[in-house]
Amino acid sequence: MKVFMLGWEFPPFISGGLGTACHGLTRAMSDLGVEVVFVLPKPFQQTANNHVRMLTPLQVKPQTVTSTQIATSFVQKELKHVTFHAINSALQPYATPQVYQQQIEQLIHQKATQEQFKAISGMDEVCHWLSQEPSTMGQPGHYSGDMYTEVHRYAASAVRLAMQEQFDVIHAHDWMTYPAGIAVAAISGKPLVVHVHSTEYDRSGEHVNPMIYDIERRGMHAARKIIAVSHMTRNIILARYGITGDKVEVVYNGVERNGDASQYNKIGIRSDEKIVLFLGRITMQKGPEYFLMSARKVLEIMDNVKFVMAGSGDMMHRMIEMATQMGIGGKVLFTGFLHGKDVQKVFQMADLYVMPSVSEPFGIAPLEALNYDVPVLISKQSGVAEVLHHVLKVDFWDINEMANKILAVLKYPPLQLTLREHGNFEVRKLRWSDAARKCIKVYQEMTQGG
Amino acid sequence: MPSVCFYFQVHQPFRLRHYTIFDKTPNYFDDFRNASICRKVANKCYLPTNRLLLDVIRRYEGRFKVAFSLTGVVLEQFQQFCPEVMSTFDALAQTGCVEFLAETYYHSLSFLYARQEFIEQVNMQMQLIQKLFGQTPRVFRNTELIYNNQLAETIEAMGKFDAVITEGADHILGHRNSNFVYRPPNCKNLKLLLKNYSLSDDIAFRFSNRQWNEYPLMANKFASWVNRINGNGQVVNLFMDYETFGEHQWQDTGIFDFMAHLPREVLSHSDNDFKTPSEVADAYPAMDVVDVPHIISWADTERDLSAWLGNAMQSNALHEVYRLEKMVKQTRDDQLLADWRKLQTSDHFYYMCTKYFADGDVHKYFNPYDSPYDSYINYMNVLNNLKARCEQALPGQAPRNSPEAQ
Repeated sequence: MKVFMLGWEFPPFISGGLGTACHGLTRAMSDLGVEVVFVLPKPFQQTANNHVRMLTPLQVKPQTVTSTQIATSFVQKELKHVTFHAINSALQPYATPQVYQQQIEQLIHQKATQEQFKAISGMDEVCHWLSQEPSTMGQPGHYSGDMYTEVHRYAASAVRLAMQEQFDVIHAHDWMTYPAGIAVAAISGKPLVVHVHSTEYDRSGEHVNPMIYDIERRGMHAARKIIAVSHMTRNIILARYGITGDKVEVVYNGVERNGDASQYNKIGIRSDEKIVLFLGRITMQKGPEYFLMSARKVLEIMDNVKFVMAGSGDMMHRMIEMATQMGIGGKVLFTGFLHGKDVQKVFQMADLYVMPSVSEPFGIAPLEALNYDVPVLISKQSGVAEVLHHVLKVDFWDINEMANKILAVLKYPPLQLTLREHGNFEVRKLRWSDAARKCIKVYQEMTQGG
Repeated sequence: MPSVCFYFQVHQPFRLRHYTIFDKTPNYFDDFRNASICRKVANKCYLPTNRLLLDVIRRYEGRFKVAFSLTGVVLEQFQQFCPEVMSTFDALAQTGCVEFLAETYYHSLSFLYARQEFIEQVNMQMQLIQKLFGQTPRVFRNTELIYNNQLAETIEAMGKFDAVITEGADHILGHRNSNFVYRPPNCKNLKLLLKNYSLSDDIAFRFSNRQWNEYPLMANKFASWVNRINGNGQVVNLFMDYETFGEHQWQDTGIFDFMAHLPREVLSHSDNDFKTPSEVADAYPAMDVVDVPHIISWADTERDLSAWLGNAMQSNALHEVYRLEKMVKQTRDDQLLADWRKLQTSDHFYYMCTKYFADGDVHKYFNPYDSPYDSYINYMNVLNNLKARCEQALPGQAPRNSPEAQ
């Protein structure tokens, strides 16, 4: 079994749960002996302190680059059966069209003239990009003018790659890769699986972006099978995208064990202070304002608490203002986006992890918190609430109850103890190998059934 | 010759209302929920089963007998929410074929934590039974059949009882069986009646189980099992929750028909009869001493305390509530005392059990909480308010330790 997998982020280049999920799933599949060709957009701005080898910008040109060359330069030690292909693209997970536009303009300013840019903007079909001379693609400066175009340009590059590969199944993660998945499926005749980690309704509530919705819908309809990360997501797929139930399988995410229980000192925070942690993108979907409103209620009862908001996002500035307006500015710390070790540190400092998401298809972060022995309070509007029992649950809008539960964890040590004990045990049962097995079963049904 | 001895447990707790740390009012109990559960169970179980038993007792003219153990808190709720149930129990009491047992008024675990409080609660329940049904109980059963040698000693020392009831757990019996009357060590006259859990559970749990190879259980089949004991036992103690009839086993399982036909099938063998627990204690001598140094109960497969005392939350909540005893009693405030005692009902701690939580198992029965954690949080919030009331009533008395331990 060989899988052509289309992702859009992979550790260490991650900004959210999708990269973690892709990594966990791919690794588990590799362990089970499944070959994976992993294609992802290559970030065009690399951070300097990055110790992982990334390819020189890949030119998707069959004549000059063979897949073995790509493979040797980008195989991670632990992923025996996985080959990576990076495609130059400004696509970033969780980016909104506006953010993309800003980045592109910046890039154009840096690297390309306005005329060059104009020449390629407005092209939004995969076929167009396929007709282009491959050598012009993947060159810096040739990024498309808007996100939708870029998604299709990315699809064209993926098709070129696919033509060099033999595989049995195409597995596409979230909407940005769906057009690529559809195109590769069309050209190879292999079945397509789309893996829904989130939908436009989760990210944007009722104010969906119709173009993204359209891409999602087309991807789901073109796919032979759909994998949803929770029943909650499955329900959205059925209710909002006109898909029939027999097409959608639920495969829960897992978590990798990283049981380093050594305690960090609470740097800059007094040891008698309790820490309540929010970790995630500070966006509408994650419900940061409910976290702050509960924080204010908690502080009415208890003073020695700090609320840490780790993450960045389009609502961050509004949240900073909101905290100040509520008069709890001194009690809320904003850390910005955290990487690797810092994530570990902040988890280990926390007395409680809160995920007040308005709509969370799954939510891997609570699993990580439990892994670090941190008790967890999650919104009932999250997919992970379907699999976790030894956590506290609350409706995201019920700030009174959220505050009540936060206070209970801080005030009643036996509660923290019991949650930690059972939660850590429960989270060990959620393994990527089980998720991988379920995906493989889906592949097998498709390839055997048709 | 086996005597069939039925005892039914009747209990409903005063469930707490949703109570956050921001709540300040001292009304803790969910009257609406308690009333509706009480009425629901009354209609499905208490009323139809009482009528059925009344009917059977009259038909057999004194040859069919049963015993009940009613907690004070369930009787309070009957009076408050469904008085018609009270009148059917009263009618049963009038037949002379129904015995009432003694237990703690609040269905509490006070024996484990506060011995004097335990005795007060037993006396309270006995007084209520005397007042309502004109009987003074002579046989004691502790909450959830929690028992050890010490309990037997405490009960004998009260000087009011002929026998005490507990679970016929295999590990206390060894090679013996539960179908005889036994005696606790260190007790002179007190007898020990042990539940035949196998035959009891055939009715209480397995009755409607289609996977069970004895399904369907008919009265004549059950009577033949009773007859088989002939020669190897004197009494078959069938102890179970009263809610077995119509609630755990719904009416359409045929449980009522089973019960209606059972007396005839049992009595068709001339050696058999029905006896109440005190009649059993009078009729049969103690055959042996059963030593129970460690605590047992009738719960789950473990037959231990782990359903109420299995995790840190339960142990903390129990310690905290009993730690308030002295303070509550010092206030001499009857309302405060009654509230505190209602918080001792074992169900509150049962809801905090994490043992089978992830499997979504038996502990769900009329459990008002989504999770054991919610239950603990709610309970501790209430307890904190109760403590604050005590402190208010006793100005100048510095609280020794706060329940929140922080």
